[in-house]
Amino acid sequence: MVKGVELINTSKSYDGKIAVDGIDLKIASGSYCCLLGPSGCGKSTTLRMIAGHEEVTSGDIVLNSRNVTDLAPRKRGTAMMFQNYALFPHLSCVDNVAYGLKIAGLNKADRTKEAMEMLDLVNMASFADKRPDQLSGGQQQRIALARALICKPDVVLLDEPLSALDPFLRIQMRKELKQLQSKLGLTFIHVTHSQEEAFALADLAVVMADGVIQQQGHPKSIFEKPASAFVADFIGGHNVLKANTLNDPSPLNGAESFSIRSDKISLAPLDANTEEHHVSIKAEILDVEFQAQFYFVETRLADGQKVMCYIPEDQLPQDLAIPALHVQLSWALDNINPFHPN
Amino acid sequence: MLINTKNVSSYWQSLPLTLVLMTFLVFPLFVITVVSFWDYNEYSIIPDFIFDNYEYLLTSKVTWLAYVNTFKYAFLAWLLTLLIGFTVAYFLAFHIKTNGMQTLLFLICTIPFLTSNIIRMISWIPLLGRNGLINSGLQSAGLTDAPLEFLLYSDFAIVLAYVHLYTLFMVVPIFNSMMRIDKSLIEAAIDAGAKPYHILRDVVIPLSKSGIIIGSIFVFTLVMGDFVTVKIMGGGIRANIATLIYNEISLLQYPAAAAGAVVLLFTVILILVILFRLVDIRKEL
Repeated sequence: MVKGVELINTSKSYDGKIAVDGIDLKIASGSYCCLLGPSGCGKSTTLRMIAGHEEVTSGDIVLNSRNVTDLAPRKRGTAMMFQNYALFPHLSCVDNVAYGLKIAGLNKADRTKEAMEMLDLVNMASFADKRPDQLSGGQQQRIALARALICKPDVVLLDEPLSALDPFLRIQMRKELKQLQSKLGLTFIHVTHSQEEAFALADLAVVMADGVIQQQGHPKSIFEKPASAFVADFIGGHNVLKANTLNDPSPLNGAESFSIRSDKISLAPLDANTEEHHVSIKAEILDVEFQAQFYFVETRLADGQKVMCYIPEDQLPQDLAIPALHVQLSWALDNINPFHPN
Repeated sequence: MLINTKNVSSYWQSLPLTLVLMTFLVFPLFVITVVSFWDYNEYSIIPDFIFDNYEYLLTSKVTWLAYVNTFKYAFLAWLLTLLIGFTVAYFLAFHIKTNGMQTLLFLICTIPFLTSNIIRMISWIPLLGRNGLINSGLQSAGLTDAPLEFLLYSDFAIVLAYVHLYTLFMVVPIFNSMMRIDKSLIEAAIDAGAKPYHILRDVVIPLSKSGIIIGSIFVFTLVMGDFVTVKIMGGGIRANIATLIYNEISLLQYPAAAAGAVVLLFTVILILVILFRLVDIRKEL
């Protein structure tokens, strides 16, 4: 038996408009998967199809070797945490958490006991009798998480769970989500539009655009080798350049464009010699931004393409960091990531 | 100093409404209360301070019967308008997906209000009467031998007219509450395994409670104070408390009518106090 979640050629269309276009995805049991993409890319729809809140137009959804495509949400072994948490405003926290057990027919004493244990797990036991509107965003989120976990799902689905929190809390909750996931050994599928969040959390990151998967894999492999100009642009930290930028395009093997990581570019004076296995290109500095560990140096090539360079704070020659100055950008040939049209 | 100026100007702003309410609500109520203690005979009312009007009112069997009737009408009208109003509001709020369609159907609900309520009631008569459409229809279909007498000039006709007149007052506040229910709450309930019945019991009804109560306040107060419907649809043989007051006024027994009005006012206020305890009206406005 294959454990985990599998989408087989799954599509969704609304009145002929395609939202998700035949995606294939395998998520191993116990892994943390992030669906990443700009808004309208179909990532939320995909999640809602897995949850059973959105009908599948065609294709199948398989959970632990069981085809759940047409099952009701509760029958699938999934639990969803909603974007705005969707806590019942008229119920106390403990009743919110216990709701799934109430529906399952547990008596009040038993379900309250289990709900209290779950509240304990998310460190919210002392808020059991509070109403959701008396809690902060982060606290509401813990309650929502406890409510999702109470029915012992195999797969927890999180729809942009951190987007309503302030940046500081977001990083803290991100850690807690990851810790809870590895502690409980559950499969988490997490929708986000923040590549930072996805990279920090995911064992498997799935970049989506226009209803199709652009690239999937470990965040590190995606960052090191983005599969398309879109992915390189979207995850950031990369420059997408045309093939004719290079004087000698032979390392590209005929690709029309390539990407180069911003932190792999170094700055040198115009008269510096090019190292072996490196390329050099002339550029004009537009702007230098101090970003603590890095300087962000924005430059423009002769043909107008902009190149962003992240230079470690201690490696930027101060006599080069002057706007309007012409310098030489260089990077190793090995760092060139060509995009071959499929 | 700043706060003082602000206070003074807010008093000025509320002055016009205060004057209107004082002149047209508080003063008449005061006069009615004063008159309710006066004496009267066949042709004049006599300034006095007696409790005879109240004594007669509260010891008369007619009054108590009229109160029983009034509460019966109010309860039946409330129950039926609630059932119909909740269903209509639920349909509009949860089954109609597009805003345009919602607005259109909502406007259709208000069509009965395009004409006066007297006309609306009178139009029931040709339908419900002894030789009306329903009776002649039933008879020619062979379903009944004689006309059904309960259709018109009966409690049935009165409650029917109330339901027809006041259901919209239930639909509007309930629909308003339902539109504020976050649809993801329903999905969250489904995610927890809830069946439609559970969703209704655990999510929709608790969260439309304030709309239900506001609608109930409308219907209760309207039915408690109504006498036209009872006169027209009851054919003059049914009485509620307001028709008693009306009759006393036509007999020029103003102090007795005033006493009846004061007691009715207190009854309605008592019901309102109870209902307002169940809802935070400020949150709804």
